Amino acid sequence: MKNRGITLLTIAAFGYAFLYIPLLSVIVYSFNDSRLVTLWGGFSLRWYRVLLENEDVLSAALLSLQIAVVSATLATVLGTLIALALNRLGNFTGRLLLTGMITSPLVMPEIITGISLLFLFITLSDWIGWPETRGATTIAIAHITFSMAYVAVVVRSRLGALDQSLEEAAMDLGGRPWRVFFDITVPMIAPAMVAGWLLSFTLSLDDVVIASFVSGPGSTTLPMIIFSKVRLGVTPDVNALATVIIVLVSTGVIIASVITRWQAKANSGAGP
Amino acid sequence: MTRHKHNRWDGRRRWLRWALITPYLWLTLFFLAPFIIILKISFADPIMALPPFTPLIDWAASGLDRIQVTLDNYMFVFADRYYATIYLNSVKIAAIATLITLLIGYPMAYFIAQQPSGRRNLLLLGIILPFWISFLLRVYAWMGLLSSQGIINNLLLSIGIIDKPLTLLYNDFAVYVGLVYSYLPFMILPLYANLEHLDLDLNDAAADLGARNWQVFLDITLPLSTPGIIAGCLLVFIPGMGEFIIPALLGGSDTLMIGRALWDEFFINRDWPVASAVSIVLLLILVLPMMWFQRSQIRQSGESA
Amino acid sequence: MTADTTGSTTPGIDYTDTPWLDPEARPLVQLRGLTKRYDDVAAVANVDLEIFAGELFAILGGSGSGKTTLLRMLAGFERPTEGQILIDGVDMTSVAPYDRPINMMFQSYALFPHMTVEQNVAYGLKKERINKAEIRERVDKMLDLVKLGKLAKRKPNRLSGGESQRVALARALVKRPKLLLLDEPLAALDKKLREHTQFELMNLQDDLGITFVIVTHDQEEAMTLATRIAVMNSGSFAQVGTPREIYEYPCNRFIADFVGNINLLDAEVISSADHRVHLRCDAAGAELVALLDNPGDEPPPAGARRCVAIRPEKIFIDKEPPSANDRTILKGIVLDLGYFGNLSIYRVQLPSGMVLQVSAQNRRRSATRALEWDDEVYVSWDIASAILLSE
Repeated sequence: MKNRGITLLTIAAFGYAFLYIPLLSVIVYSFNDSRLVTLWGGFSLRWYRVLLENEDVLSAALLSLQIAVVSATLATVLGTLIALALNRLGNFTGRLLLTGMITSPLVMPEIITGISLLFLFITLSDWIGWPETRGATTIAIAHITFSMAYVAVVVRSRLGALDQSLEEAAMDLGGRPWRVFFDITVPMIAPAMVAGWLLSFTLSLDDVVIASFVSGPGSTTLPMIIFSKVRLGVTPDVNALATVIIVLVSTGVIIASVITRWQAKANSGAGP
Repeated sequence: MTRHKHNRWDGRRRWLRWALITPYLWLTLFFLAPFIIILKISFADPIMALPPFTPLIDWAASGLDRIQVTLDNYMFVFADRYYATIYLNSVKIAAIATLITLLIGYPMAYFIAQQPSGRRNLLLLGIILPFWISFLLRVYAWMGLLSSQGIINNLLLSIGIIDKPLTLLYNDFAVYVGLVYSYLPFMILPLYANLEHLDLDLNDAAADLGARNWQVFLDITLPLSTPGIIAGCLLVFIPGMGEFIIPALLGGSDTLMIGRALWDEFFINRDWPVASAVSIVLLLILVLPMMWFQRSQIRQSGESA
Repeated sequence: MTADTTGSTTPGIDYTDTPWLDPEARPLVQLRGLTKRYDDVAAVANVDLEIFAGELFAILGGSGSGKTTLLRMLAGFERPTEGQILIDGVDMTSVAPYDRPINMMFQSYALFPHMTVEQNVAYGLKKERINKAEIRERVDKMLDLVKLGKLAKRKPNRLSGGESQRVALARALVKRPKLLLLDEPLAALDKKLREHTQFELMNLQDDLGITFVIVTHDQEEAMTLATRIAVMNSGSFAQVGTPREIYEYPCNRFIADFVGNINLLDAEVISSADHRVHLRCDAAGAELVALLDNPGDEPPPAGARRCVAIRPEKIFIDKEPPSANDRTILKGIVLDLGYFGNLSIYRVQLPSGMVLQVSAQNRRRSATRALEWDDEVYVSWDIASAILLSE
């Protein structure tokens, strides 16, 4: 019994080390003065300066953020509607097709998603002249399409756990369907929608494969820049960029989880 | 009296039916249509132009008489030993990586599920956190660790275990490391969700009936956690098969994976019909695990509802 | 169907407490041929019912009896396959839930978790577009009425079960509905609180004069609360009547068996004279006598199968034979006995092997048992206490 506990603890400790050592090494080496990434040349912030002076990186970051906000927002709206329909409409015509279309992007290799969407955009622009060029819009469309699936999954599981008599009660008290939706359903599924939004935002900010296919001249996203840089090997300014991203994301995730826990505590505690 | 098929009062959801039109059309246009196009192109003749395939619009506009269906692309993919090797190699790499991930992930999930709830949340956060950090950057982080002048080699050299750098990067080993590292959270989370719900009374009951610790594990815990194992393995295997970034950054020139071959076929050879055929064959390979996954998801949501 | 035990209706009688007997009264709720089928399985089949203003009407049934479907049709959440629902003479069959003058208290209470107690109670009034001052006043008054004034600012997850129940009640009542539907209103409360709340509910209903329809599986609850009970079985009403009618004059074997405990003795009619029926019960190895409920009823022919039912508390148990005047007397031995404090339950085996259940009040304070296992006893009952049921 005791041996097993120690074995488990050891494996778990190695597991966590495995998860975090690479991230820590990137952070440490981002402060390395040496151009040779692997030799320690003393503490320095010079790579952060290099990063700040690189306008390509900054404008790509801005573009990526814009695409991520737009696609996360639209994906949340559309994905939530689909989750609602699948959860609430019972058997409607086209339900099976919709289920297939909303779950497949989750398991579709992104490289195939990228290729097929590129074909679509080429075909469409041949056919109706839209999109004239590929760029931020086509990237956003691609991101919305696969993010919707993630939002739908998250919101659907929340809807599944929701007591439907809440909505019936609201309607019984005189709320019309549309009002009931905003008075009751939206507040109830809001946490799932927020989670779905954040997930979509992250997926969009992360995506390099699909964006590589559907982007056009002049619309290079941040992951695309990073990818082209690191394909050639380790570069110190990417370390700095990675550190910035790691710190920002970790802070965000930790704050979010603290807030969630705090809310859960406030809701459950102190009651009789 | 008219008869109503729906068991709930049906008028109140009319707005939702209308609102559903937008996402429905969206998915049809941006998910289903591209899929059909890629299927069609896989049967098209390659021509050296931009776009480098016989245009589809001609087919749509002038009817069936001009459809030129050719199986050449598929013949090419099947006849060429290169592709057979790549597909097999991708399956092998994805499968081995899945197994390693399971062997690391299961004890971790089991360990987390056994902790008191406060510590459990913290440990879970530790699993989820890397998942939110850019995939690309996490793969990149390994380049710094594994390269010939990388941290691991420097460490080993300075201790004196080795006297010349090991080749850790740009080979299959690095790809395995990258896959296991990137997909470990996908293995742990479904396993944890499953193990957490196991009734500990069952273990006590088995022990009470005379089973030893390891027998309790083999007889009770392991069989009951099969749904979690299946979900976790599929969540690693499916994306692992189609993975591009990891073989592109960590793999060597001899690391053959289908994602990378597709990329090259598309961007370097510019043979789009063959790239399409390669995609379709990849999807056919993945169809079974995908359907398996969807079924297990549906079953699980059915149970919790 | 129901035994007419309350006499024929004559003009000049006060019907205030029994509006269903008043031939002039107009029912508040009328169900006509109400049917709900799911894929050709009828959850509710051809139900006719009239409920009168001021009633506290209980629909009693087991799970799957269709009682919840019936309630949901009344509330408007399910649309009937066939039939009509009239409220105050107005056809409500296809009116949406939010347009019905009916409110419902849900079994889960369905309190909105993101709103305070006050906001929960005010929700329905806001939907009526009543001005803020009046909403405030009505909410405050209602919260005082259910003694929740102090908890107005609390969120539902910080309320006890009893408090939640009162909020749910207040939220429905504040709309002043013509009809309040209560779905298993007491099921989620523990036993002590349930008894207390039962009386609170009755008082509240009395004070406000709102008609209540309660759906419950708990016969004790239905018995204590209701003015009338409809016992539901596989989609239709097995009997509708006052609690006393249902208990003392069940109209068939199902009702007799479903409500309370009862001994059922299957028997064959030997002869009938006046309203006395003589029967032979082979299982009990005895001859029984039972009376027709209405002297005018057609006596059953000789050889007909009937069931004689007798409630445990109507049976007298003693070591000595009782004086035999219009009583059925059987001899047996005590097979089992259970002590429940206020009463004792005996299982008495007759020589034929049949077992009868007998309950007796423990009138005397005593540390020792009056009867022991294997004691020879006489069980007897007044022939007027036996219920004659056709099968």
